Amino acid sequence: MSDINTKTTPLLRLEHVGKEYYGNRVLSDISFSLMPGEILGLVGENGAGKSTLLNILFGMPVISSTGGYEGDIYIDGKVANFTTPNQALAAGIGMVHQEFSLIPGFTATENILLNREVLNGSVLSYVFSPRVSTLNRDAMNQRAIRAINTLGVSINPDMTVSEMPVGYKQFIEIAREIDRKNTRLLFLDEPTAVLTESEAEILLAALKKLARKGIAIVFISHRLNEIKDLCERIIILRDGKLITDVQSQDISTREIASLMVGRGIERPRISLEKSTDSTNPGANPQQQGKPKKIKLALRIEHLWVDMPGETVRDVSLDIRKGEIFGIGGLAGHGKLGIPNGIMGLYPAGGNVRLFGKKLKLNRPRSALNRKMAFVSEDRRSVGLLLDEALFWNVTFTAMQVQGRFLLGIPGIFQIRNELAMRKETRKFIEALDIKCTGTGQKAGELSGGNQQKLCLAKAFALRPEILLVCEPTRGIDIGAKTIVLNTLKEYNREHGTTIIITSSELEELRSVCDRVAIVGDGKIAGVLPATSPAEDFGMLMMGQKFLDPETVYGALPSENANANANS
Amino acid sequence: MIKNFIAKAGWPRIIIGLFLLSLFIAAPFVGVRVDTSLSNTLVRFGMNGVMVLAMIPMVQAGCGLNFGLPLGIIAGLLGATLSIEFNDKILALVLECVAKYNLAFMNEQFVIAHREAIGFASAMIIAVPIAAILGWFYGKLLNRVKGDEMMIATYVGFSSVSFMCIAWLLLPYKHPTMVWGYAGQGLRTTISVEGYWLHVLSDSLAINLNEHLYIPTGMLIFFAVMAILVWIFMKTKTGTAITAVGSNPDFARASGVNVDKMRTISVVLSTVLGAIGIIVYEQSFGFIQLYMGPFYMALPAVASVLLGGASVNKAGIVNVIVGTFLFQGILTMTPSVINSVLQTDMSEVIRLIVSNGMILYALTRRVRNGR
Amino acid sequence: MRKLFDIIAGNAVPAIFIIISAFAIPLSGYSASYLIQELLTRIGRNSFLILSLLIPIMAGMGLNFGMVLGAMAGQIGLLFVSDWGVVGIPGMVLAMLLGTPIAIILGIFCGNILNRAKGREMVTSYILGFFINGVYQLFVLYLMGWVIPVTNPSLLLSRGYGVRNAVSLLGIRGVLDNLIPTIVAGADRAKNFINMQGSGTFMALQIPCFDGEVRIPLATFLLIALFCVFIIWFRKTKLGQDMRAIGQDQSVADSAGIAVNRTRVIAIVISTVLACIGQVIYLQNMGTLNTYNSHDQTGMFSIAALLIGGASVSKASITNVFVGVILFHLMFIVAPVAGKNLIGDAQIGEYFRVFVSYGIIAIALVLHAWKRNREAEASRRSLRGNSNANREGE
Repeated sequence: MSDINTKTTPLLRLEHVGKEYYGNRVLSDISFSLMPGEILGLVGENGAGKSTLLNILFGMPVISSTGGYEGDIYIDGKVANFTTPNQALAAGIGMVHQEFSLIPGFTATENILLNREVLNGSVLSYVFSPRVSTLNRDAMNQRAIRAINTLGVSINPDMTVSEMPVGYKQFIEIAREIDRKNTRLLFLDEPTAVLTESEAEILLAALKKLARKGIAIVFISHRLNEIKDLCERIIILRDGKLITDVQSQDISTREIASLMVGRGIERPRISLEKSTDSTNPGANPQQQGKPKKIKLALRIEHLWVDMPGETVRDVSLDIRKGEIFGIGGLAGHGKLGIPNGIMGLYPAGGNVRLFGKKLKLNRPRSALNRKMAFVSEDRRSVGLLLDEALFWNVTFTAMQVQGRFLLGIPGIFQIRNELAMRKETRKFIEALDIKCTGTGQKAGELSGGNQQKLCLAKAFALRPEILLVCEPTRGIDIGAKTIVLNTLKEYNREHGTTIIITSSELEELRSVCDRVAIVGDGKIAGVLPATSPAEDFGMLMMGQKFLDPETVYGALPSENANANANS
Repeated sequence: MIKNFIAKAGWPRIIIGLFLLSLFIAAPFVGVRVDTSLSNTLVRFGMNGVMVLAMIPMVQAGCGLNFGLPLGIIAGLLGATLSIEFNDKILALVLECVAKYNLAFMNEQFVIAHREAIGFASAMIIAVPIAAILGWFYGKLLNRVKGDEMMIATYVGFSSVSFMCIAWLLLPYKHPTMVWGYAGQGLRTTISVEGYWLHVLSDSLAINLNEHLYIPTGMLIFFAVMAILVWIFMKTKTGTAITAVGSNPDFARASGVNVDKMRTISVVLSTVLGAIGIIVYEQSFGFIQLYMGPFYMALPAVASVLLGGASVNKAGIVNVIVGTFLFQGILTMTPSVINSVLQTDMSEVIRLIVSNGMILYALTRRVRNGR
Repeated sequence: MRKLFDIIAGNAVPAIFIIISAFAIPLSGYSASYLIQELLTRIGRNSFLILSLLIPIMAGMGLNFGMVLGAMAGQIGLLFVSDWGVVGIPGMVLAMLLGTPIAIILGIFCGNILNRAKGREMVTSYILGFFINGVYQLFVLYLMGWVIPVTNPSLLLSRGYGVRNAVSLLGIRGVLDNLIPTIVAGADRAKNFINMQGSGTFMALQIPCFDGEVRIPLATFLLIALFCVFIIWFRKTKLGQDMRAIGQDQSVADSAGIAVNRTRVIAIVISTVLACIGQVIYLQNMGTLNTYNSHDQTGMFSIAALLIGGASVSKASITNVFVGVILFHLMFIVAPVAGKNLIGDAQIGEYFRVFVSYGIIAIALVLHAWKRNREAEASRRSLRGNSNANREGE
């Protein structure tokens, strides 16, 4: 191994890299290598460990502050252990993030050369520091133009970023990375997500050009066709493990999709009995011989929601009374926008009917008044009052909306009944096994899993007829996951409550729900019974045009007639 | 045990508390009477308490420290001056009502005997609606500038005070005890309330144990009543919603609470308390201070509540009581004791450093769970 | 159309002041030469202080209410100089040199405090001004003459320590303003001057159709011009570029490897030091130092002037400074007399200008916060993509 030859020494080599956050394993035993000039496609579902891997490679502080990582990373055959992004930059690693990291009021040139400006030498700079030298605008412009030209696009270097179309911004980001003299390894995290088709083509061509110059590229995208087109090799991650490492000509997009979402061998199984065994008669369409009995809980027609990053464009869905309905799909495609829009948290439009009666959108109060409850995906900033006691968290919404836990004359003088609040809370602490010191503990002091249970308790305290739950298991440990999902199932069975679960984890949806809808690009890509094979879901997620419509929509054209009768 | 207490009380309070205690201990040795000092502290506590109380609703609703307290004070000043301007008419009106409805216990003598209390009540009755209206507009303004409330509140206070400076000159007040003698118009800078409602609260039920120990029972009871009212209000459905809005506005919104409305209510309440507070202050102090008088009045109130352990987004009644007592205690004791020791008056400097240091400490404190 | 509206909206504040002045100047009855003389004096006196506000604004730290810290440092320098009896230009320079290290220390202190209070820099720097005022008073009122030796008894209070409220700065009064004596006058008057003073000592400019005389503090103006050049140069440096980047987006600047906190401290230090120098220039013109009040209004008046010049919390230019200082002080000069002539009470004009100073700051702060909240909303909207396509169904 002593023979150091650039031809045979990989630029980047990972050996058994793994990572655990507070006992929660997110990445394990990742090994692969990358040669100069190679383009590698990295695919995986949300939560498969891609971003953790990037964070490790780029030396993000979140890694070192949570105990570092396992395994070794070699750059040019030498061990590298980055603890700050600057070290990674110095080693020649460039990264283009999903969110733009540009200064809006600066020009293209100023952004490309941010903190790497060309300076005029001066006496002052020797006396004080180089920071007091003036900028050499001409030289800066030239360098910026050169970097932009490398990408094969033409952008005026004096254009202000805030006035640019989105596609341009993405090119500026990449130009900034390739202007760095020593950049040899470029990570691109979904760079085409914001681009139009023609812009994406230009970008892919530019990347190929860069690779020919010897720069290695790691390309992350959910557009499998792009991956197939651009990359020589593809690595698939699932549940923090490396599933395959293949040449891209040896695998079809369908295979990629199925491997991405497919059941892992050692995946921790969530021990839940399938809902097909449920005694609830309305729950399962498959066993539902008589369509007359199906009652609609929620009918959504042409819903649009302006939720930043989760735009819903045109969604129509029918959700049956008493079923557990899953909404899946990739992050950023709008699955979270649906429940948030229905609950009135973001501007929304379209028609939503609740048990046949129209629901007023854009007012959280109107949804709550109609006995709907919501568990937000954002526990800490929307779901909980972190600085208040548990009993406040559990009962506050019920108090404000339903006037419970109050003493006095309604409308004139009502004071909160802390005894009743605590009693209710204690009930849920026991039922959900929330680990805490008592009802008076502050919600912010609980662990993630217990906070999630608290959010459920808050929703249950409303005694809802329809419960919308977003990402119920995000960021919590496996034990809490099981309890949370079991609780939802039990609640559904005992109270006949209609439950809509939105989650990035397809497996979870398939194990809990009766039917699952997959959202793509703000629209419903398809609705499948939970029992459908995983790769069908995978194909829907990847935006592949689907198979035969009957399987997709799980039948039920008769529902419409029924719904009309109700309304 | 001790550690627990320290953690609960917080170092600033312990340090200031010990400092105050040492001042009380040192007092007899430098010829300052402890009972006099204690009386003074109690009087100042009662005078300022309600204005400090005015901090609670806004802090709880997440509007930050109410540096705009002068707005409420202005409403109070209007109430106070108008009650003197129309003192005779108000009394006549009350007498007329008494004569008309022929109430059993309220006869003419009773009204005459209690004319000071009636004057005081009329000041309140005039001030409160003015404060409510000003507070409503002020609240609407603060709803539009979320995130910058404190700085804007400061300058809303300042500009309203300087606007009123012009108004005090131009408003057609006529009462001879209030306007400048030579011009016959324009209000004086300080107006005595003697003969109107001087010490109406302070002296009712007052306890004079000896010539040195004086307890303004009535004023303290009034403060206690106000504090209890605020405490009860914060426990109502609306008060609970206000607290939730301050704690996490997104949570409150998702729970169907109208965030802006709650914030406006809290600002109105804060402004009204400021108006009531200044009238209580004046009846004890004896003078209405106009023009630039209310200019810096927000700072001591803000510093008091912070000294009592409140933060920029959490404040309670206990913070008000502890903070006002400590702050006013220091203000009372430092001139007398330190002067006797050093032969100079350092109270102003100590006030500046302690009060502003306290506010700085609160502003730079890292908020837990960083919102 | 929208652009035009923006231009008008952007300059609304200066425009209103021009209109107010247009009414108030004739009402005041002041002569042109008196007004010009007063304005020139005030431009020389105040511009430097206002210019010191520009750099923190560039770094996105808002209006530096903490500039009074620098003013206090300058005053301490002046106190020592007048105690030691150093006069003339050397005295002034010495005062600046003595004040500068104090200003640097205070600036570092202030910068670090502000880094702990990100998002509420203005209110924090404002309170910090009060806090340091307390420390300053402790120092000047108790320590000077007691711990710190003061030789000149006329500086001290009768009790033997602590500095008097009014300290005469006769030794350095006007030394900078009159360093290059310059007079602009009508033809006859200028000749008189030259005859009286000898042409060697005065630069005298004659203007034909002008009856009156105006003295110009030329050296002060040169210093201010030099400082403007410094600011222009500073904007072009790497440090200036970094500050602009931080001012627009701290997290992007941070991920690009710019030392955000350190740069912010540097911005405050520069501002504090400049305010220190500015206060020395201001006081050499005034000729007396009100030990306990001189710095009090410095921050407020400078900030109000800058805002009247059309600056905002996040954007200010050299033009704003000079437009602001002229308009603000024009109002300052004419308001009391105009008020007196209009209503018969000088006090009204006095209060009016105080009201305007505070009101203008309040309005600027409100507009800034309002605009910022609206822009945040708009940028959220831009992230939404075009879900509008389906809105016809609404």
